[in-house]
Amino acid sequence: MTANQVWVFVEQRDGKPADVSFELLSKGRKLAESLKGDLKSVIIGHHVKDIARETFSFGAKEALVVDHEALEHYNTMAYSRIMNELVTEHQPRIVLYGATPIGRDLAPRVASFTRSGLTADCTDLQISDVTYLKKQYPKLLLQIRPAFGGNIIATIISPDSPVQMATVREGVMEMVPLKKPVNGKLTEIPYRPTPEDRLIEVMERHYAESKVNLKVAPIIVAGGYGMGSKENFQLLYELAHVLGAEVAGTRAAVDAGFIERERQVGQTGVTVRPKLYIACGISGAIQHRAGMQESQKIIAINNDPDAPIFEICHYGIVGDVMEVIPRFIEVYKHKLK
Amino acid sequence: MGYRSIVLVKQVPDTANISGEVMKPDGTVNRAALPAIFNPEDRIALEIALQVKDRHGGEVIALTMGPPKASEILRECLYMGADRVYLISDRKFAGADTLATSYVLSEAIKKLGDFDFVFAGRQAIDGDTAQVGPQTAEKLGIPQITYVDQIVELNGKVVTARRRFDNGYEIVRSQLPALLTVIQEAAEPRPFKATRLMTYKSAKSLMELEKMVEGNPLLSREDLRHEYEERGLFIPTLTMDELKLDESRCGHSGSPTKVFKVESVVLAGGEHEKFEPTREGLDRLITKLMEDRIFG
Repeated sequence: MTANQVWVFVEQRDGKPADVSFELLSKGRKLAESLKGDLKSVIIGHHVKDIARETFSFGAKEALVVDHEALEHYNTMAYSRIMNELVTEHQPRIVLYGATPIGRDLAPRVASFTRSGLTADCTDLQISDVTYLKKQYPKLLLQIRPAFGGNIIATIISPDSPVQMATVREGVMEMVPLKKPVNGKLTEIPYRPTPEDRLIEVMERHYAESKVNLKVAPIIVAGGYGMGSKENFQLLYELAHVLGAEVAGTRAAVDAGFIERERQVGQTGVTVRPKLYIACGISGAIQHRAGMQESQKIIAINNDPDAPIFEICHYGIVGDVMEVIPRFIEVYKHKLK
Repeated sequence: MGYRSIVLVKQVPDTANISGEVMKPDGTVNRAALPAIFNPEDRIALEIALQVKDRHGGEVIALTMGPPKASEILRECLYMGADRVYLISDRKFAGADTLATSYVLSEAIKKLGDFDFVFAGRQAIDGDTAQVGPQTAEKLGIPQITYVDQIVELNGKVVTARRRFDNGYEIVRSQLPALLTVIQEAAEPRPFKATRLMTYKSAKSLMELEKMVEGNPLLSREDLRHEYEERGLFIPTLTMDELKLDESRCGHSGSPTKVFKVESVVLAGGEHEKFEPTREGLDRLITKLMEDRIFG
């Protein structure tokens, strides 16, 4: 049994795999290559063997599948117990989870049981030899995340933890399927229920398919706390309408109630890579930049010439957004005529 | 009968209000320069626990692990209506990550005897990890319901709660005891009660009493402690020895995750093309975007 396995917990809801799991498999494949180890997927649910096979297209050499009627929907107690047992038995070197409501419910329980290091909301993962407190640690997982209000970027390591765990938000890693799937092995693991599995029961589930999909929008008009109010955000919707764009916001704008949370871009929101990102009244905290700095072109509009957003934008306009945007719409419409 | 609720609270640096002076020249953070506040979602957790007590009777006990200064938020818990508060504090707890923190918290909870609920905020604003709640539940061997915005029903030893997500919700039923983490939208925290504020503003922990004794030969620590206990104004401190903890699982040594490197955010480049906010400037920009084939 190799100790260099990289595992990805593949999350499903109503039999549909989460995008973030395939993104993590894509990243996990590279980590496994650096470790000279194998990438494996773990799928818990009911009728999930097709999902297991899909992970072979992302390089999983083996899919560990626990398939049972009682496991159709995520259940904290049953899922965490299964993961606890699998991780304890196989001792993978790395386990990755999506930083979704399911991943954030599950990962800490498994990390606690196995006493593993767990780092939340990583924006990058790398493998590197590390010297820490004068000790050499070959091929550790570097878990990189902004911290402390975005003033610093921290690299977290779990040097003495046999299993290193991390969660990553959806969209942060790129989804890269292989041209040819690997010839993976599907291993079925029997489900043996315990009374504790039933301490929690999900009685009802109500999900609306999200109307917004920022990840596929070619143009995004985003507003920050500097927009000032929910009413002023209307202007962004007008601009977005004219440009055929989606509207997004920073965490500060979401927290202030200017815009709904599903439109939040940044470390704890969505990561986007549009053709054009128009940042309006956004100062440019690192957490926000983590979610948008790979945009092809960035326009920044801000009345503070020293705002950090100007350091990463391609085109900058120093001015009052409430004046610049209506003028922008007017000039744009005029030119299109 | 009522329910016995433990509430986990944390004093956090107000990361939403970071100014230039907070960053040291070497790029690290000067924590002392940040205002310390009651973690917002933990205050909601306390409110929900108090609502359970209002409706069903019982007891609300607030716990915080932190430096002596964290007594500040324990007093706030008393102002809101907590029956008892405990400060869990020891130099050996310093540098704890979420695993070491949940170990100490779970052992402190066990020491306080039987309980029905543990309530906590979904996450603290200084780390946003949302890990301590589930890890504490795991160490206590009890189920957890995270992202709770409402207790739908409470009947005997069964709680039904609603979990709220960006795109929907779930109704979940759990046997008690259970740990619930709550989100900001779950409740409005009640204001401080004037009478309680008058009573408890002088509540003190042992370390705070020691400060009073310092330089005042007329006061004795033990007399003061006795007096404050009599008046119900003593905030007990639980240390590593009192909790009989395994030192290797506390603080920095009990934390599998380590901060290997911190870099202050250095902005690369800074080269960008400037456009005036005028009609002409915007015309030039839009033309450029058309040439870039982004517009048009």
